[in-house]
Amino acid sequence: MLKKRLIPCLILKGDKIVQSIKFKRYLPIGQANIAIEFFMNWDVDEIVLLDIEASIKKTPPKYELINYFAKHCFLPLSVGGGITSLEEMRKVLLAGADKIIINQAAVRFPGLIQEGARVFGSQCIVVSIDVKINAQQEYEVAIDSGKVLTGMDPVQWAKEVENLDAGEILLNSVDRDGTKQGYDLELIRQVQEAVNIPVIACGGVGKMSHLVEGFTKANAHAVSAANIFQYTEHSTIIAKAYLKRAGIDVRLDSQVKYDDIGIDEVGRII
Amino acid sequence: MNKISFSKIGIVNYGMGNLGSVVNVFKHLGHDPYIILEPKDVEKADVIILPGVGAFGEAMTNLHERRFVDVLSDQVLVKKKFFLGICLGMQLLAESSEEKGAHRGLGWIPGHVKKLNVDSSLRLPHMGWNDLIFHGSSPIYSSLSDSKAVYFVHTYYFDCDSKYIDAYVEYGKQVTASIHHDNIFAVQYHPEKSHSNGLKILSAFLQYTSQA
Repeated sequence: MLKKRLIPCLILKGDKIVQSIKFKRYLPIGQANIAIEFFMNWDVDEIVLLDIEASIKKTPPKYELINYFAKHCFLPLSVGGGITSLEEMRKVLLAGADKIIINQAAVRFPGLIQEGARVFGSQCIVVSIDVKINAQQEYEVAIDSGKVLTGMDPVQWAKEVENLDAGEILLNSVDRDGTKQGYDLELIRQVQEAVNIPVIACGGVGKMSHLVEGFTKANAHAVSAANIFQYTEHSTIIAKAYLKRAGIDVRLDSQVKYDDIGIDEVGRII
Repeated sequence: MNKISFSKIGIVNYGMGNLGSVVNVFKHLGHDPYIILEPKDVEKADVIILPGVGAFGEAMTNLHERRFVDVLSDQVLVKKKFFLGICLGMQLLAESSEEKGAHRGLGWIPGHVKKLNVDSSLRLPHMGWNDLIFHGSSPIYSSLSDSKAVYFVHTYYFDCDSKYIDAYVEYGKQVTASIHHDNIFAVQYHPEKSHSNGLKILSAFLQYTSQA
């Protein structure tokens, strides 16, 4: 049957990969082209590339960089950040992306989801949903890099997104982002339960066990993380080994041996 | 890296999807593929690749309009050039498809393309990593070791006699994942998106074509 997926999220600002903290602070980590090289060898199932600068500055996607990434990526590549039209979707797909990720464009023009699905196929359309806990302690969809609350309930929005033929949902917790406190499991569980399309959990991973919980406690179809994978060698290979030991049915790259390594809770080899 | 130049690889462009990743993967393996834009471009290929993403009906219309059908049938069925169909490129080998109406295919392999029939707990399209279940022996799968997972994205599948099938995949039930008949190979999954396994499979295919 279909494997559970591990997807690193590369947050791009300029040509650098950055670490993001609550969608407000962005600390540089390294060169984007190097990051893609090592993730390709470290047993990930797909790669998500989010251009934060294009999103904030409302500039178009960086087609040449996407093309460079795609050339070295023999895995499904999902690209998002600043995509607001069918034409931009077309160009991003032509540049080599397999899937498009849209966020605030989907909130502002929900018809874009359906049009994108009609023209390119729903398997190409991923809607990213950022969620904050509001003053009434409820979940609320946020846009504009988490700055603007929309008044929408994420479960309702997720259902609408599914009805508009999106292929997948990338679900982010703005509050958990960069905190290493773990996923907002309740949020993920609620959204995955409400829809039939895959939900990719994101935001807050600090330990390997958080990834396991994404599957076992929140039922996500896929788990993603940005920050945690950037700091340790073989980070995602170790994550796969950890998931396998926890009994999750993940794909394992046959070039790597997972059985004999000891792993600590944050993913260092012991 | 030395360019291995035993086989001239031609990739058919018939307007169905982005050829970029297919071109890239063969370049990565050290080859120098060229794009087949017109019927006259087919002849010089030693190995013909038919990729494709999209709808069956439109694909067949495009193949007819661009006059590829006769030359491909001649080069593959008569001249016995090696052939690899990928995703839609595999389904087109069937006699017919029920996708969005009834459409006639190339008919190179007996069988018909049908919609994946799954219960409500499984979503369509079948999208993601899933394990190949081998059937008989195949020259292209011998190099896979522990992991048998490859990447699928499809809603329809090619229902044909098991004698043509060299691998199944399980999604609700066992479904054709890969076929092989003579010089004709075809896969439902995307080897160019299947990471190490994809590279191994393509590499084994190319090795087979240069030795046979």
